Amino acid sequence: MIKLSNVHKSFGNHEVLKGINLNVHEGEKLVIIGPSGSGKSTTVRCMNGLEMPTSGQVFVDDVELTKKNRITLVRSTSSMVFQQFNLYPHLTVMGNLTLAPIKLFGKSKKEAQELARHYLAVVGLEEKALAYPTTLSGGQQQRVAIARALCSQTKIILFDEPTSALDPETVQEVLNVMVKLAAENITMVIVTHEMGFAREVADRVIFMDDGTILEEGTPEHFFVSPTHERTKQFLGKILH
Amino acid sequence: MIEQILSPECWLVFLADWTLFLQAFGVTVMVSIAALALALALGVVFGVMSTSHYRLPRSVARAYVEAIQNTPLVLQAYVFYLALPYVGVMMGQVSVGIFAVGIYHGAYIAEVVRAGIQSIPRGQAEAAASQGFTYVQTMRWVILPQTVKIILPPLVNQMVNLIKNTSVIALIGGTDLMNRTNDWATSGASIYGPPFLVCGVLYFLLCFPLSTWGRRYEERLKKKDHHAEQELKKLEEELS
Repeated sequence: MIKLSNVHKSFGNHEVLKGINLNVHEGEKLVIIGPSGSGKSTTVRCMNGLEMPTSGQVFVDDVELTKKNRITLVRSTSSMVFQQFNLYPHLTVMGNLTLAPIKLFGKSKKEAQELARHYLAVVGLEEKALAYPTTLSGGQQQRVAIARALCSQTKIILFDEPTSALDPETVQEVLNVMVKLAAENITMVIVTHEMGFAREVADRVIFMDDGTILEEGTPEHFFVSPTHERTKQFLGKILH
Repeated sequence: MIEQILSPECWLVFLADWTLFLQAFGVTVMVSIAALALALALGVVFGVMSTSHYRLPRSVARAYVEAIQNTPLVLQAYVFYLALPYVGVMMGQVSVGIFAVGIYHGAYIAEVVRAGIQSIPRGQAEAAASQGFTYVQTMRWVILPQTVKIILPPLVNQMVNLIKNTSVIALIGGTDLMNRTNDWATSGASIYGPPFLVCGVLYFLLCFPLSTWGRRYEERLKKKDHHAEQELKKLEEELS
Protein backbone atom coordinates (compact mmCIF):
# COMPACT_ATOMS: atom_id res chain seq x y z
CA MET A 1 0.00 0.00 0.00
CA ILE A 2 2.75 2.44 1.03
CA LYS A 3 6.39 1.58 0.60
CA LEU A 4 9.37 3.65 1.69
CA SER A 5 12.60 2.56 0.09
CA ASN A 6 15.82 3.86 1.59
CA VAL A 7 14.32 7.28 2.25
CA HIS A 8 16.70 10.03 3.35
CA LYS A 9 15.56 13.52 4.20
CA SER A 10 17.68 16.51 5.14
CA PHE A 11 16.70 20.01 6.12
CA GLY A 12 19.77 22.06 5.35
CA ASN A 13 22.67 20.23 6.95
CA HIS A 14 20.47 18.37 9.35
CA GLU A 15 19.69 14.81 8.28
CA VAL A 16 16.32 13.92 9.76
CA LEU A 17 15.76 10.56 8.05
CA LYS A 18 18.75 8.29 7.55
CA GLY A 19 17.48 5.57 5.26
CA ILE A 20 13.97 4.44 6.12
CA ASN A 21 12.69 1.16 4.70
CA LEU A 22 9.09 0.47 5.46
CA ASN A 23 6.10 -1.35 4.03
CA VAL A 24 2.58 -0.51 5.10
CA HIS A 25 0.08 -3.20 4.17
CA GLU A 26 -3.55 -2.78 3.21
CA GLY A 27 -5.81 -2.48 6.26
CA GLU A 28 -2.85 -2.39 8.61
CA LYS A 29 -2.80 -0.20 11.73
CA LEU A 30 0.80 0.91 12.01
CA VAL A 31 1.86 2.92 15.02
CA ILE A 32 5.11 4.89 15.00
CA ILE A 33 6.59 5.82 18.36
CA GLY A 34 9.85 7.39 19.45
CA PRO A 35 11.33 10.44 21.14
CA SER A 36 10.66 13.88 19.66
CA GLY A 37 13.04 14.79 16.86
CA SER A 38 13.47 11.14 15.88
CA GLY A 39 11.87 11.70 12.45
CA LYS A 40 8.40 10.17 13.05
CA SER A 41 6.47 13.11 11.68
CA THR A 42 8.80 13.53 8.72
CA THR A 43 8.30 9.86 7.92
CA VAL A 44 4.50 10.14 7.67
CA ARG A 45 4.80 13.46 5.86
CA CYS A 46 6.88 11.67 3.22
CA MET A 47 3.98 9.26 2.72
CA ASN A 48 1.73 11.95 1.22
CA GLY A 49 4.33 14.21 -0.33
CA LEU A 50 4.16 17.01 2.24
CA GLU A 51 7.89 16.35 2.35
CA MET A 52 9.77 14.99 -0.64
CA PRO A 53 12.70 12.69 0.18
CA THR A 54 16.19 14.04 -0.43
CA SER A 55 17.00 10.58 -1.77
CA GLY A 56 15.18 7.27 -1.88
CA GLN A 57 11.68 6.50 -3.10
CA VAL A 58 8.13 6.45 -1.81
CA PHE A 59 5.54 4.23 -3.48
CA VAL A 60 1.82 4.57 -2.97
CA ASP A 61 -0.23 1.73 -4.46
CA ASP A 62 2.90 0.68 -6.38
CA VAL A 63 3.18 4.10 -8.03
CA GLU A 64 6.23 6.18 -7.24
CA LEU A 65 5.30 9.44 -5.57
CA THR A 66 6.87 12.34 -7.47
CA LYS A 67 6.54 16.11 -7.38
CA LYS A 68 4.45 15.85 -10.52
CA ASN A 69 1.92 13.20 -9.55
CA ARG A 70 1.85 14.04 -5.85
CA ILE A 71 -1.42 15.96 -5.85
CA THR A 72 -3.45 13.52 -7.94
CA LEU A 73 -1.96 10.43 -6.30
CA VAL A 74 -2.54 11.73 -2.79
CA ARG A 75 -6.04 12.92 -3.63
CA SER A 76 -7.22 9.42 -4.45
CA THR A 77 -5.25 7.44 -1.88
CA SER A 78 -4.66 9.18 1.43
CA SER A 79 -5.83 11.85 3.82
CA MET A 80 -4.24 13.26 6.93
CA VAL A 81 -5.09 14.32 10.47
CA PHE A 82 -2.73 16.91 11.95
CA GLN A 83 -1.56 17.74 15.43
CA GLN A 84 -2.96 21.28 15.11
CA PHE A 85 -6.23 20.08 13.46
CA ASN A 86 -5.82 22.60 10.61
CA LEU A 87 -9.54 22.99 10.04
CA TYR A 88 -10.48 25.80 7.66
CA PRO A 89 -11.63 28.57 10.02
CA HIS A 90 -13.58 30.51 7.38
CA LEU A 91 -15.90 27.54 6.76
CA THR A 92 -18.45 25.84 8.99
CA VAL A 93 -17.95 22.23 10.01
CA MET A 94 -20.16 21.27 7.08
CA GLY A 95 -18.11 23.50 4.77
CA ASN A 96 -14.90 21.86 5.96
CA LEU A 97 -16.28 18.40 5.29
CA THR A 98 -17.81 19.11 1.89
CA LEU A 99 -15.08 21.26 0.30
CA ALA A 100 -12.93 18.44 -1.08
CA PRO A 101 -15.84 16.15 -2.06
CA ILE A 102 -17.43 18.98 -4.05
CA LYS A 103 -14.35 20.65 -5.55
CA LEU A 104 -12.12 17.59 -6.01
CA PHE A 105 -14.36 14.56 -6.28
CA GLY A 106 -17.16 16.12 -8.31
CA LYS A 107 -19.91 15.29 -5.84
CA SER A 108 -23.09 17.35 -5.83
CA LYS A 109 -23.68 19.55 -2.83
CA LYS A 110 -26.46 17.25 -1.66
CA GLU A 111 -24.34 14.09 -1.95
CA ALA A 112 -21.45 15.78 -0.19
CA GLN A 113 -23.68 16.90 2.66
CA GLU A 114 -25.12 13.43 3.10
CA LEU A 115 -21.61 12.02 3.20
CA ALA A 116 -20.61 14.69 5.71
CA ARG A 117 -23.58 13.97 7.96
CA HIS A 118 -22.77 10.28 7.87
CA TYR A 119 -19.19 10.82 9.02
CA LEU A 120 -20.17 13.48 11.54
CA ALA A 121 -22.37 10.80 13.09
CA VAL A 122 -19.37 8.45 13.14
CA VAL A 123 -17.39 10.97 15.21
CA GLY A 124 -20.50 11.89 17.24
CA LEU A 125 -20.81 15.53 16.24
CA GLU A 126 -23.94 15.69 14.08
CA GLU A 127 -25.25 18.65 16.04
CA LYS A 128 -22.17 20.75 15.22
CA ALA A 129 -22.65 20.76 11.43
CA LEU A 130 -23.30 24.49 11.28
CA ALA A 131 -20.77 25.58 13.91
CA TYR A 132 -17.52 27.31 13.04
CA PRO A 133 -14.34 25.44 14.08
CA THR A 134 -13.12 28.14 16.50
CA THR A 135 -16.27 27.71 18.60
CA LEU A 136 -15.42 24.03 19.24
CA SER A 137 -13.15 22.49 21.86
CA GLY A 138 -9.84 20.99 20.77
CA GLY A 139 -11.19 17.46 21.03
CA GLN A 140 -14.23 18.36 18.96
CA GLN A 141 -12.07 20.10 16.34
CA GLN A 142 -9.91 17.01 16.02
CA ARG A 143 -12.96 14.79 15.64
CA VAL A 144 -14.18 17.11 12.87
CA ALA A 145 -10.74 16.83 11.28
CA ILE A 146 -11.06 13.04 11.37
CA ALA A 147 -14.52 13.29 9.79
CA ARG A 148 -13.04 15.56 7.12
CA ALA A 149 -10.38 12.97 6.38
CA LEU A 150 -13.07 10.27 6.18
CA CYS A 151 -15.09 12.34 3.71
CA SER A 152 -12.34 11.86 1.12
CA GLN A 153 -13.07 8.11 1.39
CA THR A 154 -9.46 7.20 0.86
CA LYS A 155 -8.00 3.82 1.83
CA ILE A 156 -5.23 5.39 3.90
CA ILE A 157 -5.43 7.89 6.75
CA LEU A 158 -2.24 9.33 8.22
CA PHE A 159 -2.33 10.63 11.79
CA ASP A 160 0.47 12.97 12.85
CA GLU A 161 0.33 13.16 16.66
CA PRO A 162 -3.44 13.67 16.68
CA THR A 163 -3.76 14.07 20.45
CA SER A 164 -0.56 15.97 21.32
CA ALA A 165 -2.19 19.41 21.21
CA LEU A 166 -5.21 18.42 23.28
CA ASP A 167 -6.18 18.93 26.91
CA PRO A 168 -5.78 15.71 28.84
CA GLU A 169 -9.57 15.47 29.34
CA THR A 170 -10.32 15.52 25.64
CA VAL A 171 -7.61 13.11 24.53
CA GLN A 172 -9.81 10.12 25.25
CA GLU A 173 -12.75 11.26 23.11
CA VAL A 174 -10.44 11.48 20.10
CA LEU A 175 -8.79 8.14 20.86
CA ASN A 176 -12.22 6.53 21.15
CA VAL A 177 -13.10 7.67 17.66
CA MET A 178 -9.80 6.30 16.36
CA VAL A 179 -10.36 2.94 18.06
CA LYS A 180 -13.74 2.82 16.35
CA LEU A 181 -12.09 3.52 12.98
CA ALA A 182 -9.47 0.87 13.58
CA ALA A 183 -12.22 -1.73 13.39
CA GLU A 184 -12.79 -0.76 9.73
CA ASN A 185 -10.66 -1.82 6.81
CA ILE A 186 -8.91 1.56 6.61
CA THR A 187 -5.12 1.61 6.54
CA MET A 188 -3.98 3.77 9.43
CA VAL A 189 -0.49 5.11 10.06
CA ILE A 190 -0.38 6.78 13.45
CA VAL A 191 2.37 8.79 15.11
CA THR A 192 1.51 8.95 18.78
CA HIS A 193 2.75 9.06 22.35
CA GLU A 194 -0.38 7.31 23.63
CA MET A 195 1.03 3.92 24.52
CA GLY A 196 -2.20 2.42 25.86
CA PHE A 197 -3.87 3.29 22.58
CA ALA A 198 -0.93 1.93 20.57
CA ARG A 199 -1.14 -1.35 22.39
CA GLU A 200 -4.88 -1.58 21.81
CA VAL A 201 -5.10 -0.85 18.09
CA ALA A 202 -1.69 -1.48 16.54
CA ASP A 203 -1.02 -4.45 14.30
CA ARG A 204 2.59 -3.41 14.27
CA VAL A 205 4.64 -0.87 16.20
CA ILE A 206 7.73 0.89 14.92
CA PHE A 207 10.22 2.56 17.22
CA MET A 208 12.22 5.36 15.63
CA ASP A 209 15.30 6.99 17.02
CA ASP A 210 17.61 9.55 15.42
CA GLY A 211 16.25 9.15 11.91
CA THR A 212 16.28 5.37 11.76
CA ILE A 213 13.87 2.56 12.55
CA LEU A 214 15.46 0.92 15.55
CA GLU A 215 12.96 -1.78 16.25
CA GLU A 216 9.65 -3.06 14.98
CA GLY A 217 7.22 -5.74 16.04
CA THR A 218 3.83 -6.58 17.45
CA PRO A 219 2.53 -4.56 20.39
CA GLU A 220 3.10 -7.61 22.63
CA HIS A 221 6.72 -7.74 21.62
CA PHE A 222 7.15 -4.04 22.30
CA PHE A 223 5.43 -3.62 25.56
CA VAL A 224 6.42 -6.97 27.06
CA SER A 225 9.90 -7.70 25.81
CA PRO A 226 11.57 -5.06 23.64
CA THR A 227 15.01 -6.05 22.42
CA HIS A 228 16.90 -2.76 22.23
CA GLU A 229 18.23 -1.02 25.29
CA ARG A 230 17.17 2.33 23.74
CA THR A 231 13.58 1.12 23.31
CA LYS A 232 13.46 -0.11 26.90
CA GLN A 233 14.76 3.23 28.10
CA PHE A 234 12.16 5.15 26.08
CA LEU A 235 9.26 2.95 27.14
CA GLY A 236 10.43 3.02 30.72
CA LYS A 237 10.30 6.81 30.68
CA ILE A 238 7.00 7.16 28.93
CA LEU A 239 5.09 4.41 30.76
CA HIS A 240 5.94 5.48 34.30
CA MET B 1 -9.20 83.10 -1.01
CA ILE B 2 -10.82 83.26 2.42
CA GLU B 3 -12.81 86.36 1.46
CA GLN B 4 -14.00 84.59 -1.66
CA ILE B 5 -15.35 81.73 0.42
CA LEU B 6 -17.35 84.24 2.44
CA SER B 7 -18.53 86.17 -0.60
CA PRO B 8 -22.01 85.29 -1.94
CA GLU B 9 -21.21 86.78 -5.36
CA CYS B 10 -18.28 84.44 -5.84
CA TRP B 11 -20.49 81.48 -4.94
CA LEU B 12 -23.13 82.59 -7.43
CA VAL B 13 -20.60 82.72 -10.25
CA PHE B 14 -19.22 79.35 -9.23
CA LEU B 15 -22.62 77.71 -8.85
CA ALA B 16 -23.65 78.81 -12.31
CA ASP B 17 -21.13 76.25 -13.59
CA TRP B 18 -21.89 73.52 -11.07
CA THR B 19 -22.74 70.92 -13.73
CA LEU B 20 -19.15 71.16 -14.99
CA PHE B 21 -17.94 70.14 -11.57
CA LEU B 22 -20.51 67.40 -11.23
CA GLN B 23 -19.40 65.99 -14.55
CA ALA B 24 -15.73 66.11 -13.56
CA PHE B 25 -16.59 64.47 -10.25
CA GLY B 26 -18.27 61.70 -12.26
CA VAL B 27 -15.02 61.23 -14.21
CA THR B 28 -13.05 60.95 -10.96
CA VAL B 29 -15.49 58.36 -9.58
CA MET B 30 -15.41 56.39 -12.83
CA VAL B 31 -11.60 56.46 -13.02
CA SER B 32 -11.38 55.40 -9.37
CA ILE B 33 -13.63 52.39 -9.91
CA ALA B 34 -11.85 51.29 -13.08
CA ALA B 35 -8.38 51.81 -11.60
CA LEU B 36 -9.43 49.96 -8.45
CA ALA B 37 -10.61 46.97 -10.46
CA LEU B 38 -7.29 46.92 -12.33
CA ALA B 39 -5.28 47.36 -9.13
CA LEU B 40 -7.14 44.55 -7.35
CA ALA B 41 -6.64 42.17 -10.27
CA LEU B 42 -2.92 42.99 -10.50
CA GLY B 43 -2.58 42.90 -6.72
CA VAL B 44 -4.05 39.42 -6.37
CA VAL B 45 -2.10 37.98 -9.30
CA PHE B 46 1.28 39.45 -8.30
CA GLY B 47 0.62 38.92 -4.59
CA VAL B 48 0.00 35.22 -5.17
CA MET B 49 3.03 35.06 -7.49
CA SER B 50 5.30 36.48 -4.81
CA THR B 51 4.39 33.62 -2.45
CA SER B 52 5.08 30.97 -5.10
CA HIS B 53 7.59 28.17 -4.49
CA TYR B 54 9.17 28.94 -7.83
CA ARG B 55 11.75 31.62 -8.35
CA LEU B 56 10.59 33.02 -11.70
CA PRO B 57 7.12 34.24 -10.69
CA ARG B 58 8.59 35.51 -7.43
CA SER B 59 11.26 37.55 -9.26
CA VAL B 60 8.77 38.95 -11.76
CA ALA B 61 6.47 40.07 -8.94
CA ARG B 62 9.41 41.54 -7.02
CA ALA B 63 10.59 43.52 -10.05
CA TYR B 64 7.12 44.95 -10.64
CA VAL B 65 6.64 45.96 -7.02
CA GLU B 66 10.08 47.53 -6.64
CA ALA B 67 9.96 49.41 -9.95
CA ILE B 68 6.58 50.92 -9.14
CA GLN B 69 7.12 51.63 -5.46
CA ASN B 70 10.46 53.34 -5.95
CA THR B 71 9.55 55.82 -8.69
CA PRO B 72 7.01 58.66 -8.46
CA LEU B 73 3.47 58.11 -9.66
CA VAL B 74 3.68 61.39 -11.57
CA LEU B 75 6.67 60.10 -13.53
CA GLN B 76 4.82 56.89 -14.31
CA ALA B 77 1.81 58.85 -15.53
CA TYR B 78 4.01 61.00 -17.81
CA VAL B 79 5.77 57.94 -19.15
CA PHE B 80 2.46 56.29 -19.99
CA TYR B 81 1.14 59.44 -21.57
CA LEU B 82 4.21 60.56 -23.50
CA ALA B 83 6.10 57.37 -24.25
CA LEU B 84 3.35 54.96 -25.18
CA PRO B 85 2.44 56.74 -28.45
CA TYR B 86 6.00 56.01 -29.65
CA VAL B 87 5.30 52.29 -29.42
CA GLY B 88 1.98 52.73 -31.19
CA VAL B 89 -0.30 52.81 -28.15
CA MET B 90 -2.59 55.80 -28.24
CA MET B 91 -4.73 56.43 -25.18
CA GLY B 92 -6.79 59.35 -23.95
CA GLN B 93 -5.78 61.12 -20.75
CA VAL B 94 -8.48 59.40 -18.77
CA SER B 95 -7.44 55.92 -19.94
CA VAL B 96 -3.82 56.72 -19.19
CA GLY B 97 -4.94 57.80 -15.74
CA ILE B 98 -6.76 54.51 -15.16
CA PHE B 99 -3.73 52.49 -16.21
CA ALA B 100 -1.16 54.58 -14.35
CA VAL B 101 -3.10 54.65 -11.08
CA GLY B 102 -4.22 51.02 -11.41
CA ILE B 103 -0.70 49.76 -12.04
CA TYR B 104 0.71 51.95 -9.29
CA HIS B 105 -1.70 50.75 -6.61
CA GLY B 106 -1.60 47.21 -7.97
CA ALA B 107 1.99 47.07 -6.72
CA TYR B 108 0.98 48.20 -3.23
CA ILE B 109 -1.98 45.86 -3.13
CA ALA B 110 0.30 43.01 -4.25
CA GLU B 111 2.36 43.63 -1.12
CA VAL B 112 -0.77 43.66 1.04
CA VAL B 113 -1.95 40.41 -0.53
CA ARG B 114 1.50 38.81 -0.12
CA ALA B 115 1.69 39.77 3.55
CA GLY B 116 -1.89 38.56 4.04
CA ILE B 117 -1.18 35.17 2.50
CA GLN B 118 1.97 34.80 4.58
CA SER B 119 0.10 35.57 7.80
CA ILE B 120 -2.15 32.51 7.29
CA PRO B 121 -0.66 29.58 9.28
CA ARG B 122 1.21 27.07 7.14
CA GLY B 123 -0.99 24.25 8.40
CA GLN B 124 -3.81 25.54 6.21
CA ALA B 125 -1.94 25.00 2.96
CA GLU B 126 -0.68 21.65 4.27
CA ALA B 127 -4.21 20.49 5.11
CA ALA B 128 -5.32 21.46 1.61
CA ALA B 129 -2.31 19.71 0.04
CA SER B 130 -3.01 16.58 2.08
CA GLN B 131 -6.53 16.55 0.64
CA GLY B 132 -5.18 16.86 -2.89
CA PHE B 133 -5.89 20.50 -3.70
CA THR B 134 -3.54 22.02 -6.29
CA TYR B 135 -1.70 25.26 -5.53
CA VAL B 136 -4.24 27.39 -7.36
CA GLN B 137 -7.20 25.54 -5.80
CA THR B 138 -5.63 25.96 -2.37
CA MET B 139 -5.32 29.69 -2.95
CA ARG B 140 -8.83 29.99 -4.33
CA TRP B 141 -10.74 27.94 -1.75
CA VAL B 142 -8.61 27.98 1.38
CA ILE B 143 -6.02 30.74 1.62
CA LEU B 144 -7.45 33.78 -0.17
CA PRO B 145 -10.88 33.64 1.53
CA GLN B 146 -9.08 33.78 4.88
CA THR B 147 -6.72 36.48 3.63
CA VAL B 148 -9.53 38.79 2.53
CA LYS B 149 -10.82 39.15 6.06
CA ILE B 150 -7.55 40.37 7.51
CA ILE B 151 -6.27 42.43 4.58
CA LEU B 152 -9.45 44.49 4.31
CA PRO B 153 -8.19 47.32 6.56
CA PRO B 154 -4.92 47.93 4.66
CA LEU B 155 -6.80 47.38 1.42
CA VAL B 156 -9.30 50.12 2.27
CA ASN B 157 -6.31 52.32 3.03
CA GLN B 158 -5.05 51.66 -0.49
CA MET B 159 -8.49 52.42 -1.95
CA VAL B 160 -8.55 55.81 -0.26
CA ASN B 161 -5.06 56.60 -1.53
CA LEU B 162 -6.06 55.43 -4.98
CA ILE B 163 -9.04 57.79 -5.10
CA LYS B 164 -6.86 60.73 -4.10
CA ASN B 165 -4.11 59.73 -6.53
CA THR B 166 -6.46 59.78 -9.52
CA SER B 167 -5.83 63.54 -9.32
CA VAL B 168 -2.57 62.79 -11.16
CA ILE B 169 -4.75 62.97 -14.27
CA ALA B 170 -4.77 66.74 -13.84
CA LEU B 171 -1.07 66.78 -14.73
CA ILE B 172 -1.59 65.14 -18.09
CA GLY B 173 -4.66 67.21 -18.87
CA GLY B 174 -7.56 64.87 -18.22
CA THR B 175 -10.92 66.33 -17.25
CA ASP B 176 -11.14 64.93 -13.74
CA LEU B 177 -12.31 66.86 -10.69
CA MET B 178 -8.84 68.20 -9.86
CA ASN B 179 -8.09 69.48 -13.32
CA ARG B 180 -11.54 70.94 -13.86
CA THR B 181 -11.26 72.81 -10.57
CA ASN B 182 -7.85 74.18 -11.42
CA ASP B 183 -8.88 75.06 -14.97
CA TRP B 184 -12.03 76.80 -13.92
CA ALA B 185 -10.31 78.76 -11.15
CA THR B 186 -7.34 79.94 -13.18
CA SER B 187 -9.19 80.93 -16.30
CA GLY B 188 -11.60 83.83 -16.46
CA ALA B 189 -13.12 84.95 -13.18
CA SER B 190 -10.12 84.30 -10.91
CA ILE B 191 -12.35 82.79 -8.27
CA TYR B 192 -10.38 80.26 -6.23
CA GLY B 193 -12.06 79.82 -2.84
CA PRO B 194 -15.37 78.17 -3.65
CA PRO B 195 -14.15 75.74 -6.32
CA PHE B 196 -11.15 74.47 -4.32
CA LEU B 197 -13.27 74.16 -1.19
CA VAL B 198 -15.94 72.18 -3.04
CA CYS B 199 -13.29 70.09 -4.74
CA GLY B 200 -11.85 69.16 -1.35
CA VAL B 201 -15.30 68.43 0.07
CA LEU B 202 -16.11 66.12 -2.84
CA TYR B 203 -12.89 64.09 -2.41
CA PHE B 204 -13.58 63.99 1.31
CA LEU B 205 -17.11 62.69 0.72
CA LEU B 206 -15.67 59.81 -1.29
CA CYS B 207 -12.80 58.96 1.04
CA PHE B 208 -14.06 59.59 4.56
CA PRO B 209 -16.93 57.05 4.64
CA LEU B 210 -14.56 54.45 3.18
CA SER B 211 -11.75 55.01 5.68
CA THR B 212 -14.22 55.19 8.58
CA TRP B 213 -15.75 51.91 7.53
CA GLY B 214 -12.28 50.38 7.27
CA ARG B 215 -11.33 51.52 10.75
CA ARG B 216 -14.58 50.28 12.32
CA TYR B 217 -14.24 46.95 10.55
CA GLU B 218 -10.74 46.53 11.94
CA GLU B 219 -11.89 47.34 15.48
CA ARG B 220 -14.79 44.90 15.26
CA LEU B 221 -12.51 42.20 13.89
CA LYS B 222 -10.03 42.67 16.71
CA LYS B 223 -12.76 42.58 19.33
CA LYS B 224 -14.55 39.45 18.26
CA ASP B 225 -11.65 37.40 16.97
CA HIS B 226 -8.46 37.11 18.96
CA HIS B 227 -6.97 34.85 16.31
CA ALA B 228 -7.52 37.50 13.64
CA GLU B 229 -6.02 40.14 15.90
CA GLN B 230 -2.74 38.28 15.97
CA GLU B 231 -2.75 37.79 12.22
CA LEU B 232 -3.53 41.47 11.80
CA LYS B 233 -0.59 42.40 14.00
CA LYS B 234 1.71 40.18 12.01
CA LEU B 235 0.40 41.75 8.83
CA GLU B 236 1.02 45.27 10.08
CA GLU B 237 4.57 44.41 11.12
CA GLU B 238 5.13 42.82 7.75
CA LEU B 239 3.89 45.90 5.89
CA SER B 240 5.60 48.57 7.93
